[in-house]
Amino acid sequence: MESLNVYASRLVTKREYFAPGHRACQGCAEALAVRLVAKALGSNVIVGSATGCMEIVSSPFPFTNWNVPWIHVAFENAAAVITGAEAGTKALIRKGKLPDKGTIFLGMGGDGATSDIGLQALSGAFERGHKFIYVCYDNEAYMNTGVQRSSATPFGASTTTSPSGKAKAGQVTWKKNMAEIAVAHNIPYVATACSSYPFDLMRKVEKAAQANGPAYIHILSVCPTGWGLPSEKAIWIGRLAVETGVFPLYEFEKGRYKFTVDVPKLRPVEEYLKPQGRFRHLTPELIGEIQARVTKEYEKLQAKASML
Amino acid sequence: MGKRIGIENSIAAADAIKMANVDVVAAYPITPQTHIVEHLAELVADGELDAEFIPVESEHSAMSVCCGSVAVGARTFTCTSAQGLALMNEIVFITASMRLPVVMILANRSLSGPLSIWNDHTDVMSVRDCGWIQVFADNGQELFDHVFFAFRVGEDPNVSLPVMINIDGFIVTHMIEAVEYWDEEQVKKYLPDFKPVNVLHPDQPITMGAFGMPGIFSEAKKNQNEALLASKPHIMKAWEEMARLVGRKYEPVETYKLEGADTAFLTMGSFSETASIAIDKLREQGNPVGQIKLRLWRPFPFDEIREAVKGIKNLIVIDRAISYGGPGGPVASEIRAALYGEKGMPAIANFLCGFAGRDVTPDDFMKMYAKTGELLKGGRTIREEDYILYGVRE
Repeated sequence: MESLNVYASRLVTKREYFAPGHRACQGCAEALAVRLVAKALGSNVIVGSATGCMEIVSSPFPFTNWNVPWIHVAFENAAAVITGAEAGTKALIRKGKLPDKGTIFLGMGGDGATSDIGLQALSGAFERGHKFIYVCYDNEAYMNTGVQRSSATPFGASTTTSPSGKAKAGQVTWKKNMAEIAVAHNIPYVATACSSYPFDLMRKVEKAAQANGPAYIHILSVCPTGWGLPSEKAIWIGRLAVETGVFPLYEFEKGRYKFTVDVPKLRPVEEYLKPQGRFRHLTPELIGEIQARVTKEYEKLQAKASML
Repeated sequence: MGKRIGIENSIAAADAIKMANVDVVAAYPITPQTHIVEHLAELVADGELDAEFIPVESEHSAMSVCCGSVAVGARTFTCTSAQGLALMNEIVFITASMRLPVVMILANRSLSGPLSIWNDHTDVMSVRDCGWIQVFADNGQELFDHVFFAFRVGEDPNVSLPVMINIDGFIVTHMIEAVEYWDEEQVKKYLPDFKPVNVLHPDQPITMGAFGMPGIFSEAKKNQNEALLASKPHIMKAWEEMARLVGRKYEPVETYKLEGADTAFLTMGSFSETASIAIDKLREQGNPVGQIKLRLWRPFPFDEIREAVKGIKNLIVIDRAISYGGPGGPVASEIRAALYGEKGMPAIANFLCGFAGRDVTPDDFMKMYAKTGELLKGGRTIREEDYILYGVRE
């Protein structure tokens, strides 16, 4: 399987819809995720992006990395903008002003734009039932503004607004579970993904495009800059996030949860935490606390996945 | 010609939006905008209007949905008031900078706090510099006419800017008046299909809303300002054609009984009609008073204002908003700026009144006239910071 993943990249289209030359940091797994999502969707798509790293690195006027139609309006409203585009297109098709090309509508934002400031707009868009995909590229903090904590920052991570100090050991709250929030909206398709598992990711995007209504994909996007990692370790640490159970890969469809990457035996969470600068200060006690939480959450998910 | 019917102005406005064959309506409920949006929802529910009605979860999303919808080439409408405008404020500015021709009716209401649902102009004055074309309609007929005007001007490929129609909440929105409807032929003749300059479509990918580094930002702002200034001839043409079509002629600055006047009221919105009644009475009593009505707020009609005040010694500017700790009312402040250094610049008295729907009657305008006379007795001038909060209990 591992060697297949190395060579199978030749099976993927060589076309780039998120073109090279963007200004993301070296080793940015978020830019990789964006590229894979764009590849999976092809040219018949309209993208609405939130403000954030991926917007900034790809659209410094007069340059663009986007070979597909792309719009950015503000930080917290990508879901509203893209569903406006969807609704406008729907009306124009119905009124005979535009041929129906089956265009896909993709909203995208980082973890801040999705689970903090843009949560309301996203919830509204889910509830209204537009046919669109929303992808959250989760690098677990406000990286674009200089690594400030978000509600998606994991417990214990040191950021510039949740620094580890003498009195506090970094982030004191547990990561908000956005995928579960999406599931609670009763939308047809929800999945988690990671750019360390490109084929799993792309297959999920293709499935999301088929969904008859809103679809949500939450992609763990390793940020070497913000996580305190050498850039060449991005893919490796993404794999560890999955193999330790910190970030399980699954999908939710037709009322059922399904793991898409099997991890027969979880590795200790410590293996994932240790290499990262943001967790450097963690004591064995805190690592134990995180391990307990990860195990508990993983078992909860297993229980849900085993339900028929 | 269409028929003339007695109807609530909000319902008439919604009918006009339907007649304009709007594709998308996105709105969130807020008093006193509600009747316009409710009627649009009804028209969609009854199949009389083929549009996507998007009941968004906030005004911020309302304007955001509008951006997305216009970006794909759909004719798009939204409507709000006060707090709704404040909440969507961020996107209001971006809509103009992205040159997305959304049309919005702003049912003017006072901005909190304290919370109030009643009418004044504190909401619109908070977005004075947002880059939209902004007009004021005084009554139901003007509101109805300006729906077609707004779509036509905003969507004109030479303009491509959002347009805001201001209408006084409750005082006009909830009033039943005689409104002369346009017929289908007139609408067809006046309002072409929306053919945007740029659209989001997979056949021709474009990037909208790229970010601006300091190296291009000033140029972008200059372009935006020039675009708004350049909309003026198209605004004028749209009003001229409307006059030919339906017989009502609108101007950026309109006047009433200004001939031979040495004093003039300057008003906006529904107060214009009330002030006119006072002017009739004052004229009967032999006072040389006239009126200047400011219809076009942005782009600001500098030339027309300068022309209108020629020969006027005392100008009484009515403001329905306050700039706290500043020069009084925002309108007076702009009028002073527009007239500064002009030969024979009139003395300007600034009355701030009618906050949160407080009635200002013809009698009140007569009192303001008398007060202005007192203030200027013996050749005194009124200093810039001299403004009067009229009718406030001490």
